[in-house]
Amino acid sequence: MAIFIDKKTRLVVQGITGRDGAFHAQQMKKYGTNVVAGVTPGKAGAKVDGIPVFNSVADAVKATGANTSVIYVPPVFAIDSIYEAADAGIDTIVCITEGLPANDMMKVYHYLKAKGVRLIGPNSPGLISPGLSKVGIIPGTICTPGPIGVVSRSGTLTYEVIFALTSAGLGQSTCIGIGGDQVIGTNFIDVLTAFEADKATKAVVMIGEIGGADEEEAAAFVAKKMSKPVVAFIAGRTAPPGKRMGHAGAIISGSSGTAADKVTALNAVGIPVATSPLDIPGLVTERLKTFRAGAKKAGAKKGKAPKKAVKPAAAKKKPAAKKARGKR
Amino acid sequence: MKIHEYQAKEIFRAAGIPVPPGRVAATVQEAVQIADEIARPVMVKAQVHVGGRGKAGGIKYAENLEAAKIWAQRILGMDIKGLTVKKVLVTEATEIATETYLGIILDRVTKKPVIMISGAGGIDIEEVAAKTPEKIHKLTVDPQLGLLPYQARTLAFKVFRDISLVRQVTDIIMKLYDVYWKVDASLVEINPLVTTPINQVIALDAKINIDDNGLYRHPEIEAMRDPDAENPAEVEAREAGLSFIKLDGNIGCIVNGAGLAMATMDLVKHYGGEPANFLDIGGSSNPEKVLTAMRIILREPGIRAVLINIFGGITRCDDVATGIVAAFRELHPTIPVVVRLTGTNEAAARKILKEVQLETAPTLDAVVQTAIKLAGLSEE
Repeated sequence: MAIFIDKKTRLVVQGITGRDGAFHAQQMKKYGTNVVAGVTPGKAGAKVDGIPVFNSVADAVKATGANTSVIYVPPVFAIDSIYEAADAGIDTIVCITEGLPANDMMKVYHYLKAKGVRLIGPNSPGLISPGLSKVGIIPGTICTPGPIGVVSRSGTLTYEVIFALTSAGLGQSTCIGIGGDQVIGTNFIDVLTAFEADKATKAVVMIGEIGGADEEEAAAFVAKKMSKPVVAFIAGRTAPPGKRMGHAGAIISGSSGTAADKVTALNAVGIPVATSPLDIPGLVTERLKTFRAGAKKAGAKKGKAPKKAVKPAAAKKKPAAKKARGKR
Repeated sequence: MKIHEYQAKEIFRAAGIPVPPGRVAATVQEAVQIADEIARPVMVKAQVHVGGRGKAGGIKYAENLEAAKIWAQRILGMDIKGLTVKKVLVTEATEIATETYLGIILDRVTKKPVIMISGAGGIDIEEVAAKTPEKIHKLTVDPQLGLLPYQARTLAFKVFRDISLVRQVTDIIMKLYDVYWKVDASLVEINPLVTTPINQVIALDAKINIDDNGLYRHPEIEAMRDPDAENPAEVEAREAGLSFIKLDGNIGCIVNGAGLAMATMDLVKHYGGEPANFLDIGGSSNPEKVLTAMRIILREPGIRAVLINIFGGITRCDDVATGIVAAFRELHPTIPVVVRLTGTNEAAARKILKEVQLETAPTLDAVVQTAIKLAGLSEE
């Protein structure tokens, strides 16, 4: 089990003849994803690594029964590509492309919501259900199957966390990057809801960053609706207000969206927030233990959570650099 | 991207939103000439990308030409929150009866544009928003349907009773909403929107921020970019395809990915250093980009060590290593450089890096701690 993608995923790659599209279509196929089609207008009949190319998503769906699409087309065409996939009957659209205008995305968001189509991204690294399927660009080599769900607003920081989990012997059910933009199709709460319902997921790692209030809303959701333990990390504690830190969404505007606000909101509902990504595996192990003990004792739904981030007693494999932690 | 008030007013004027007559001046002589053309009392307004210009003394009333000259002399060259005033807007002074705030931004929660209006407009609007949020009326608009005239009118009625004023304000709200979409704005704001003693409604100020992601289809707005208003290193970085923000610190950071860059900076602070910058080399790993990144960072004063943290995915570690070697050969850094490369083509990268003398570290925490140690900032 996993969320959003699994062995039933039949993938169409939009922009498959482009440099990134071709490379990642091969990578996904090699990983075991069922890549059934590619789309580039004007290139119907061609093949990329044995994958048939069509002129439109509708043609690809008709010929191959594709149910999921991944978008690698340049930003100028990406908005159109999302609409095309939704209108062709695709259920889940993953948009890797970054640099999509936010105002266009507002229209896309509401159009897709009304249609009941899931959009992940834009500006997302995609997702991977280790051992089952991979859609996007997350390197398969750093993942391993297991019980931890990972959800994140960033890309390489997610890899760092997945790598730390894998190194500590903690495999993943699904790892998903929801994207760093202001308007994204799938937010933390959507993913947390899916992880809560997923039998294979036993604990969740949530990686947030400055800007917006998604982490605060997620904290409230976890308090009310989630029985599984959640561990968090927030990037941007040193970011100054008013400066956009790379991601369109990562900007502290006025007094809202600071890392301190987010850490406070998460801690208040018992979610520990790691200081370094390398502390995450330890916190996960700890929370899983507390959670199991709590569940055994009372048959209760929820373990009592510590108020603040606690140092892990012993992570399985301690990274060499994890010694003295300065001021804490 | 931010544009100046005078540029935003040009956009407003073209959209039919009433603004006072006036033009921008870069010299005292020009300012006086514009005041002379207006032939009435004027306002001399500093054009810098920062709020609170009025409170900083950058906006002044000039009764006559002599006063306009004095204020232009004082304001041009003035420093406002670290920015030097290079231009002033000289504009007809307006008699003010009431001041209203009107703004449109993207609401991240509903994923819709939200229009805000308040009868308590003027220089203290931020305090109003913080202390008496009930004085700010809001309307979220269905982005697919657009703004309907009755909705704009309902908002106008929240602040005004006189039907003539309501009609004028409704018209301005409709036009401002159009501007928001037309220029790919992330913010449009009029503060204050004033009424005059003879019941005219005029936009006395104008602020427009543009969504960088929409700029590709607005060459006319890209042309409004003011290089004087930006940090030169940030301009150089943007032109090289790097995302760079200058901070005041002692550890230079070169990282791939915005999230990882922020996390790396946070650890620098945590272990006792101060990040000197945010720098994301982005997804592609062109060695040239790494060289430019090093050039920009090594030039910054106060830097005591540079750390390079790369988690290769799309980014290939060997490309980054090639860039680092090129940077060493060309720039001969005199401060310690610590590198951590992991992921795609890591082994090849290690081989390439052997050509130069630098420190390597195996993990995120290790690269940060080593950089701080070599910079002489450790507590031990």
